[in-house]
Amino acid sequence: MLSKIVRTVANQLILFILVFGLYVIAHGHITPGGGFQGGAVIVSGVVMLLVAFSSHELKKSLRERTLSIVESSGAIIFAVLAFAGIGTVFFYNFLVGTPIFGGVPDPGPGPGNIWTGGVIPLMNFAVGLKVIAGLSAVVLAIALFSSGEEVEE
Amino acid sequence: MRQVIGLIVLLVLVVFLVSGVLLIHPFGYPDASDMDDYIIENAQEETGSNNVVAAVLFDYRGLDTLGEATILFTAVTGVLLLLRTLKRKEESS
Repeated sequence: MLSKIVRTVANQLILFILVFGLYVIAHGHITPGGGFQGGAVIVSGVVMLLVAFSSHELKKSLRERTLSIVESSGAIIFAVLAFAGIGTVFFYNFLVGTPIFGGVPDPGPGPGNIWTGGVIPLMNFAVGLKVIAGLSAVVLAIALFSSGEEVEE
Repeated sequence: MRQVIGLIVLLVLVVFLVSGVLLIHPFGYPDASDMDDYIIENAQEETGSNNVVAAVLFDYRGLDTLGEATILFTAVTGVLLLLRTLKRKEESS
């Protein structure tokens, strides 16, 4: 555990890191970024907490079992969304034109609209969940192992 | 009997593989820019996504992204499995 100054600053910064990561995930179909990148941003916040506090402290709030459940559900949502378009072809974007994320932007460059993209924003969220939970579990497991702690089942 | 079946399976495989090699598109087909032109022209209308890179990742080449996600899943599973086993071995010794 580092000094109180570092811990306080990390406590304040984690909020902004989480908001920025969620922004990158949610705007994956408009701006550069997406599920993988936004998830990596959020996991960098988790690593910051891991450095500022000890892995023993972080283990109380991040359970490995919960993380693996979240990761598996992200993978299942991704596969189900891919299979949902099987009527036409695997990975068919069946939501374009429907009220849910069905908007189509004007051709050419433009600012974009959050309510477009069909299944792409939903898939971004699924992949984001997967990356957040998976990489957090890996980082936490390595930190707990190197500090000699028991890995939580 | 098994050798005959094996020979038949081998022959069928050879026929399919050789015909696949013979029927493959000539090198450089389609032209290098055909696919990019199509995606740049039609991605916004077909997927509704303003970010063409995301459209390629999650729509046109979605199967590739599924493989990427599988790689991540396998890596996480491997790390957790490995560290847990090491921990248990240390305890028992």
